[in-house]
Amino acid sequence: MGIEIEKSCVVELSNIAVSNTHGEDSPYFAGWKAYDENPYDEITNPSGVIQMGLAENQVSFDLLEKYLEEHSEATTWGKGSPTSFKENALFQDYHGLHSFRAAMAAFMEQIRGGRAKFDPKRLVITAGATAANELLTFILANPGDALLVPTPYYPGFDRDLRWRTGVKIVPIHCDSSNNFQITPEALEAAYKEAESMNTKVRGVLITNPSNPLGATIQRSVLEHILDFVTRKNIHLVSDEIYSGSVFSPSEFVSVAEILEARNYKDAERVHIVYSLSKDLGLPGFRVGTIYSYNDKVVTTARRMSSFTLISSQTQHLLASMLSDKEFTELYIKTNRERLRKRYEMMIEGLRSIGIECLKGNGGLFCWMNMSPLLEKATREGELELWNEIVHEVKLNISPGCSCHCSEPGWFRVCFANMSENTLHVALERIRNFVDKLRASRF
Amino acid sequence: MSHQQLLSKIATNDKHGENSPYFDGWKAYDRNPFHSTKNPQGVIQMGLAENQLCFDLIEEWIRNNPKASICTPEGVHQFRDIANFQDYHGLPQFRKGVANFMSKARGGRVKYDPERILMSGGATGANELIMFCLADPGDAFMVPTPYYPAFVRDLGWRTGVQLVPVHCDSSNNFKVTREALEQAYDNAKKSNIDVKGLIITNPSNPLGTTLDEETLKSLVRFINEKNIHLVCDEIYAATVFSAPKFVSVSEVMQEMKCNKELIHIIYSLSKDMGLPGFRVGIVYSYNNDVVSCGRKMSSFGLVSSQTQHFLASLLSDEDFVNKYLETSKKRLAKRHRFFTKGLETVSITCLASNSGLFCWMNLRRLLKEQSFEGEMKLWRVIVDEVKLNVSPGSSFNCSEPGWFRVCFANMDDETVEVALKRIRAFVGRETNDNNNNGKRVEVKRWKSNNNLRLSFNSRRRIKSGYTLPNMYG
Repeated sequence: MGIEIEKSCVVELSNIAVSNTHGEDSPYFAGWKAYDENPYDEITNPSGVIQMGLAENQVSFDLLEKYLEEHSEATTWGKGSPTSFKENALFQDYHGLHSFRAAMAAFMEQIRGGRAKFDPKRLVITAGATAANELLTFILANPGDALLVPTPYYPGFDRDLRWRTGVKIVPIHCDSSNNFQITPEALEAAYKEAESMNTKVRGVLITNPSNPLGATIQRSVLEHILDFVTRKNIHLVSDEIYSGSVFSPSEFVSVAEILEARNYKDAERVHIVYSLSKDLGLPGFRVGTIYSYNDKVVTTARRMSSFTLISSQTQHLLASMLSDKEFTELYIKTNRERLRKRYEMMIEGLRSIGIECLKGNGGLFCWMNMSPLLEKATREGELELWNEIVHEVKLNISPGCSCHCSEPGWFRVCFANMSENTLHVALERIRNFVDKLRASRF
Repeated sequence: MSHQQLLSKIATNDKHGENSPYFDGWKAYDRNPFHSTKNPQGVIQMGLAENQLCFDLIEEWIRNNPKASICTPEGVHQFRDIANFQDYHGLPQFRKGVANFMSKARGGRVKYDPERILMSGGATGANELIMFCLADPGDAFMVPTPYYPAFVRDLGWRTGVQLVPVHCDSSNNFKVTREALEQAYDNAKKSNIDVKGLIITNPSNPLGTTLDEETLKSLVRFINEKNIHLVCDEIYAATVFSAPKFVSVSEVMQEMKCNKELIHIIYSLSKDMGLPGFRVGIVYSYNNDVVSCGRKMSSFGLVSSQTQHFLASLLSDEDFVNKYLETSKKRLAKRHRFFTKGLETVSITCLASNSGLFCWMNLRRLLKEQSFEGEMKLWRVIVDEVKLNVSPGSSFNCSEPGWFRVCFANMDDETVEVALKRIRAFVGRETNDNNNNGKRVEVKRWKSNNNLRLSFNSRRRIKSGYTLPNMYG
C-alpha cells in the first residue's frame, strides 16, 4: 500500500452502505422533491405542490395542545419538577418507564374497545415503528431468509425489513378482484415462490388496517392467516400502527382478539407492532412498541432496543397524557370522527369527478382507482400519469407501483395532513385535470 | 414449537453480552441498593459511569426558560410543528447547538459543520450505525484494550463485525504502541481477516486518560498507511478536568496530511451532560458518502423531536454552555482528587488520569493470586462483603489482572465518603489478615498467553461481555 494519500485511492464502505436497498430512489420519494422545491401554502404559494404523499395525522393536534396547556407541570418533568428532571434525564433502562409502558398497554386496550388485554411487561419500546419492524426482522430471520408481505404495501418496508437485515420480501399478491383481500391461494403461492427460490420463509407480516389500502383485514382472513402460519410453523407480525384510526371501532379486529378467543394457543409466534406516529400524530417523538407473546422474543427485543430507545423525556410526557383515561377516551372518539369526515369528503369529492376509491374504513388515506384514465394499463402508463399529476396538477400522491401493487392505475392519496380548505383546493385541481384529460381523449 | 429454532442466529447467540458473570454485581446492587438513610448498609453502585454532578445547573436553566419545553404555556404553541417533525436531517437548531457544544468542549480549537451531524439512538446506536456503514459481516475492527465491555454488542452483535484487540499494558501506562497495532493488524491478515478500521475511545473508558498528541498522530498515520477507517469515540470529551488538555482527532487532522474520508467521530450527551435517558447519539463523519448513507440509517434511531427542541434551546445559550463546561470541569476535578486521595491513605493507587467519570484502580497487591481467577475472587469479595459494585478489569478485556474501574461521579459527597470508609476498612482487614497469618501475597509469574495472539474462537473463561446494557457505561 502506498503511503501517498491519493484521492483516487477510494476507501471502501460496506456493502450495505453502497446498496440502494434504502429505497430512496423509488418514485415514492421522488414526488417529495417536487413538493420540497415548491411547497403549497394557502396564502404565500397557492399554486405550489400539495403534499398528499405523507400519511400524517394533523386533524387532532388541538386536543393534544389543550391537554398540555392544562397539565403543564405533570407532563414536563413530573411532580416537584424540575427536581425530577434529574431522575428522568438519568433513566436509560431498556425496560422503559413503567408508567409509560402501563399507559401504552392501556391505550392499546382502549383502542380495541377492551376486546384484548395487553400486559405492560410484554411491551418493548423502540424509536418508532421503523425501528420496531427492523428489530423484529433481525430477531425472526437470518440474512437470505424471507418474510411474506401482502401487496400493495408501505414502501418503507423495503428499507425497514431488508436493508441492514439482509432479509428478503416475497410478495403475497392481492388484487382488486376481491378488494385486495389476502386469499389462501395467494398465501400458498407466495410460500411456494419462496421455496422455488430456495429461500426459507420465516414469517408473514401484515399491516392492519392496511397501508395503503386504508381498510381493515376481515376476521375470517385473520383467522386463516393465523392458521396458515401455525401450519407452516412460522411467525406472524401484525403492524397495527393505524388501529386507532379506524373510523368505526367495531370494524377493527386485532390479531390480539383472535388469540384471546383461542386462549392464546400458538400465540408465541405472534408479534404486534404499534406506534403513536399515526393515531396521535406524533411522528417526531419516535414512539414505537413491539408487543410479543413470545418470552424469548420479548427478552431479545428488549436487549436490542438498546440501539433505539425512546427519549425518557418523551416517555414521561406520554405516560402522563395516556394514563388520563378521560382524555384518551375523548381523543380516540374525536379523532375517529374527524378522520371519517375527512375520508367522506375525499370520497364524495372524487366520486363527483367520476373517480372511485377502494371502500376504506380506516387510516389517513384513500386508495384511488385511476386505471380508467391510463393510456396504457402498464407500470409505465401509471408512472406517466403520475408524473403529470405531480408536475402539472401539482399534487404529490403515491403511485401504486411504489407500493408494489400488481395492478397499474391505483394511487394512495393522503387527506389528514392538511386543512379542509387545502383538501378542497386539491379536489378542484383533480377535477380540472380529469375533465381536461377526458375532453382530450373523447 | 421449538422456540430456539424459530429465531434468528443473531437472536440466539450471546453477543448481547448479558450472560457474563458480572451480572451478579448488578444483581447484588438491585437486591440491596445503598441509601444514605434508608439502607446505609446496602451496595454502593460504582459500576455506572454516570455524571450526576451538574444537574442543578440544568434545572436552574429549565426554570428560567419555559419556552424550551413544548409542555409549558410559554412553549406549547410550537407543539404541533415539533411533534410533526420527523425529518432525519434533524432540527437545524439542534445540530447547530451540538456542533457548537462539541467545539467548545475542544476549547474552540476546532469547528464542526452542523451538516455533518447525524443522529442516532445514543452512542450505542451511533457505534452500531458507523459499523454498518464501514464494515461487512465477518470484517474486523481493531480496538485497544482495555475497552468498554458493550463494544462487543454495539459494534458486533447485529453487524457481524469482529473485534481485534490491540493489547496495552501497564508497562507504559496502557498507551497504544505502533508495535501493538502492527502486530494485531498482521495477525489478522495472516488469519485472512479483513480489518476495516481502528476504533479508539478518547478520553478512554476505562482508563480515564486522554491520548497524547504524538500517539494520536501515530494512529492517524497508521490508518492512513493501511487505508482503513479511524472511528474516534469522543463521548467523554467534556469530562477532561485537568492537564493535559484534550486533543481531538479533529485538531490533529488540521495539522497533518491525512485522508479525511477515513475519519469519523462518535459523540453523545450521555456523559458530558449527564443525559443518558435522552438518547442523544451523534455520528460526525468527514466522509460525504458516510454522511449520506448514515443519515438514511439514522431513521432507525432518531432523537425525539421534543428532546431535539429542548436541547436546541439549551445548547444555543452561550452563557449557559460556557458556565456548564467550566463548572463541570471543576466539580469533576474536585471529586476525582477527593476520591484518589482517599484511596491513597490506604496505599491504593490509580492510573494517573485527567478525564472520565471513573478511576482505573490498581488492586494488584491485594490479589491472593496474580491471575484472572484471583481477580474474580477479589471482585466477589468487594461486591458481596465490602458491598461496592465495581467493575473488574477482565470485563474490559484487560490483559493484566488486578485492575478495577471505579465510578465516582454518580453519587453525592456523603456516599463517596461511605465508599472510601468501606475501602479503607477492607484494605486494613486484608493487610492485617496477611500479616497475622504470616502469609505473603503469592505472586505467580504472569503468563502472557493471549495478549499478542488473536484468538477469536477461544473463549476466555471470563467473557468480556457485560450487563444491563443501558444502565451503565
